[in-house]
Amino acid sequence: MSKKSNQNNLLSILTAVVMLIATYMIFFSLPIMRDESGEILDNSFNIFYFHLPIAITSYLAFFVVFVASILYLKKGTHNWDVLARSSAEVGSIFALLVLVTGSIWAKATWGWYWIWEPRLTTSLALFLVYLAYLLMRQAIEEPEKRARLSAVFGIIGFASVPLSFLSIRMWRTHHPLMFGSQGSGGGGLEGTSLQLTLLVNLIAFFLLFATILSYKVQNEKLQEIITEKKQALP
Amino acid sequence: MIRSLHIAAKDLKAEFRTKQMLNSMVIFSLLVIVIFSVSFGDLLGNSKIVTQLAPGVLWISFTFAGMLGLSRSFAGELENGCLEGLKLCPVDRSAIYNGKTISNAVIMFLVEIITVPLFAVMFNYSINGLAGLAIVIILGTIGFISVGTLLSALTVNTRTRELLLPILLLPIIIPVIIPAVLATGKMLANGDISDISGELRLLAVYDIIFFIIAQLVFEYAIGD
Repeated sequence: MSKKSNQNNLLSILTAVVMLIATYMIFFSLPIMRDESGEILDNSFNIFYFHLPIAITSYLAFFVVFVASILYLKKGTHNWDVLARSSAEVGSIFALLVLVTGSIWAKATWGWYWIWEPRLTTSLALFLVYLAYLLMRQAIEEPEKRARLSAVFGIIGFASVPLSFLSIRMWRTHHPLMFGSQGSGGGGLEGTSLQLTLLVNLIAFFLLFATILSYKVQNEKLQEIITEKKQALP
Repeated sequence: MIRSLHIAAKDLKAEFRTKQMLNSMVIFSLLVIVIFSVSFGDLLGNSKIVTQLAPGVLWISFTFAGMLGLSRSFAGELENGCLEGLKLCPVDRSAIYNGKTISNAVIMFLVEIITVPLFAVMFNYSINGLAGLAIVIILGTIGFISVGTLLSALTVNTRTRELLLPILLLPIIIPVIIPAVLATGKMLANGDISDISGELRLLAVYDIIFFIIAQLVFEYAIGD
């Protein structure tokens, strides 16, 4: 256990350092953004450097749930279930943060908190699917059954998300692609310093996810040991 | 395949003896439509607004009525250990799933056949392009029912199954509802089948993907 917690400590220190660098880069080292006509854009764009990495990390989290669910059904090893559960919980927080940061950004640039835009709505659908997943876990008491049934749902839920994206895009095709600055076509991320900032932030949020996940898994295991001990008491 | 037909036939026979589920689903979907048309009130006079609202109302009534049927689909088997009996059948587990899907879909189609004309009357519609509408409804229902049957089996062993099923089902069927509503709207607005090929393709893809996933995971969902 002590070796494991040493690893966790190391991981969290590393995360803290990279996170600090990433935040520093956003606030102090970025050049002033200008659009095509040379107007200075306001700083609200900076939230993008949080928003995109969080979004990608939340998708990653649910991919972990999906893979862990398949492996649980295939191998029946208890650890995969712990991983799936932990990843779903951490991932839902990230998914919520995506919606929050996205809404703040949307308010600043478009004037509305919410737009039924494909990516936003897909993020919402993803969040709802995994809320349902977590609710389902709470509703079942027997550990083995809970693990098995939620693994099935983890697979179904993950499969539905890309389809949601396709269907929502069909629903809102007339809406302009507001996130154009991500791609090569938009007026945003050509400068290397911007790309570097984005990359460092991406790494920082991956590390954050890995740290929280690793602590979460450890917690879950400890909790199980406690439950076992409690049941063993007369 | 023939075995799943046997299971479907058993379910339908049991259903048609009492018609309990069918009656309540029809009445429920009717009630949903009535409640909506009452709550929209004066808006119904404006045919432009109606064309925008009506497809959504139709699919909400289908989904809710379907949910009613799905929650009973496996729960009904719990009495007298019927579910154990089904599991003991010398058939592949996926045959149980296929049979249940077929019987649920048949019941759902019956409900829809009764609902659509009433819907047309209540919302002052003259339905054109019936063939296209039928294709949309059939594809949408199959997608909805194939996921629903799987989740119905998934929730049957939990304590709060009636509560859990809608919570699990609704986020998953977003990709069915959106193209189905879009395509229904286009068909009701004198559309041609070629206008809705994109929606139909998406519905078909959804049906196929979830049918295959269900074949793979059903035996885990129903338990040992």
